[in-house]
Amino acid sequence: MSVNATIAVRSLSKWYGSWRALRDISLDIAGGTCTVLCGPSGSGKSTLLRCLNGLEEWQQGEVAIGGVAVGYKARELRRLRRDVGMVFQHFNLFPHLTVLDNVTLAPRIVRGRRRGESEDHAMHLLERVGVAEHAGKLSSALSGGQQQRVAIARALAMQPHVLLFDEPTSALDPESVKEVLDVMIDLARSGTTMVVVTHEMGFARRVAGRVIFMDKGSIVETGAPDEFFDCPCTDRAKAFLGDIVNR
Amino acid sequence: MATSSLVRSPVSQSPVTAARRLLAVVVANPFGTAVSLGLAYLAWTLGGRIVDWAFVEATWVASSRAECSPDGACWAFIVNRLPQFAFGFYPEAERWRAWIVLLAPPLLLALAMAPDFKGRRKVLIGGFCLYPVAAFVMLSGGVPGLQPVASDKWGGLLLTMVVGIGAFVFSFPIAILLALGRTSQLPAVRLLATGFIEFWRGMPLIAILFMSVIMLPLFLPPGVEFPRLTLAMTGITLYSAAYLAEVARGGLQAVGRGQSEAANALGFGFWATQGYIIMPQALRAVLPGIVNSAISLLKDTTYVMVVGLFDLLNIVTAALSDPNWLGLATEGYVFVGLVFWSLCFGLSQVSARLERDSERAHSRAPSGERKPQ
Repeated sequence: MSVNATIAVRSLSKWYGSWRALRDISLDIAGGTCTVLCGPSGSGKSTLLRCLNGLEEWQQGEVAIGGVAVGYKARELRRLRRDVGMVFQHFNLFPHLTVLDNVTLAPRIVRGRRRGESEDHAMHLLERVGVAEHAGKLSSALSGGQQQRVAIARALAMQPHVLLFDEPTSALDPESVKEVLDVMIDLARSGTTMVVVTHEMGFARRVAGRVIFMDKGSIVETGAPDEFFDCPCTDRAKAFLGDIVNR
Repeated sequence: MATSSLVRSPVSQSPVTAARRLLAVVVANPFGTAVSLGLAYLAWTLGGRIVDWAFVEATWVASSRAECSPDGACWAFIVNRLPQFAFGFYPEAERWRAWIVLLAPPLLLALAMAPDFKGRRKVLIGGFCLYPVAAFVMLSGGVPGLQPVASDKWGGLLLTMVVGIGAFVFSFPIAILLALGRTSQLPAVRLLATGFIEFWRGMPLIAILFMSVIMLPLFLPPGVEFPRLTLAMTGITLYSAAYLAEVARGGLQAVGRGQSEAANALGFGFWATQGYIIMPQALRAVLPGIVNSAISLLKDTTYVMVVGLFDLLNIVTAALSDPNWLGLATEGYVFVGLVFWSLCFGLSQVSARLERDSERAHSRAPSGERKPQ
């Protein structure tokens, strides 16, 4: 869809001390698509995702979003992050602010929007994720599923070109998973560029354009969800999918 | 009636039941009962003597020690000297200014204590931030409509208030910068902040006061002179900043890394992250520690007597040598103690109220929402 939203990763490598978290990752993601990153824990999928908006530093390789290199210069990084939203496993809402303020703070402070304008937009977004009636409450008073939906609205409020999801449903109880997934499916169908680290294979099958399977810091397999789930090519992917299904 | 006994609350039980229960407690715990009785006896005899001295035998109106009853407290001394204890040597014609400065903090605290008062935090923070500068202008004058009054005329409780609140408010921003510096990624910044904190925290306040009043002027260019009050306040402010910085650092550590990550991911810069996200949570987390520092600082202001400032304690001490009122140290110091205690108790009450507020706000259950089954 949008040219701005293409993501390019070139020979990315990252070490934690002597341990190599990412091995020579190269990847292109087209704008307007939903990409699912999966793999066993410790496979580097979250690390890769966090490199995309510079939350992690790396030692080798390059990352660019919309043709703009993700670098170390604080100002450039800040500018880039305005356009790259992120949703965290543990929501990371601001507990001292109301739900509405959580959503409006960044547009007001970072983008310099006026309060009234950003509140109108925020209410619209809260409506969309189904938590509008809780707008006046402190975010810490909400259930996990509600908090994660507010977190999605908070990311959307910046009108990002790309949305990154880092295991958005892993910290939720089973009942709440569906409410969050429904919102994400809705976003994917409306053509938002999304990169999602998740174990929710049902979600991947329904809306992902591509599934990327990682293990031990490398991309092992990548393909359309139907191909990947129905006949994974590699033994490691087969073993992983077997584990997920039998869980 | 059988039915009414069911309705009755346990508080309004009949005396017989109450006595029976008491007996059960005594039988079950004879040692505890003995200790309780012993303590009650002590409280009765000691408390009785104190009440006798402070109220029953006390003299409230007299013109000298000789007119006071020898068996009780001579409060007349305090009553006669009250204006001086409150304002020091502030000129009588201008006392109304001192009154305003003196009454503003308790009024502010009282306002903040009003039940279910929404803007509590805003009023408190705004009020106390403005107070030092407003009080300074009000007291020193020199602006249209206010005659100038030299700061060496300020004294008593007025001085205690201005020094205590002023030093605390001014030290706050310094403390926040120091705490951020000490947790900074930059080694030079960290070293500077740590050095500053350790230096000021490691020195006795009395030494700091002597240094700021006696040594600091030596380093100033000739002709530049600051009043002793300003110099002393500079010293106390830096001393307090070092302590507060450590309290604030504790708060910073209480805020999870996810908070700054979330702010960064939204495009917040360092200062915006600190100002809007981290600090509000950090300071709230260590509110009891902040109030503790404030209380401790308020009492530490009594050290200004070593550099010849007449705060409440020093002015009362000075009054004890009045030949008309000799030998009234007990009354004087009990009075000073009570005043300080009231101020500190007021502070701790406000702090408790603020903590209850934020607890209530955070524990509010999600209403109007049904947990899916």
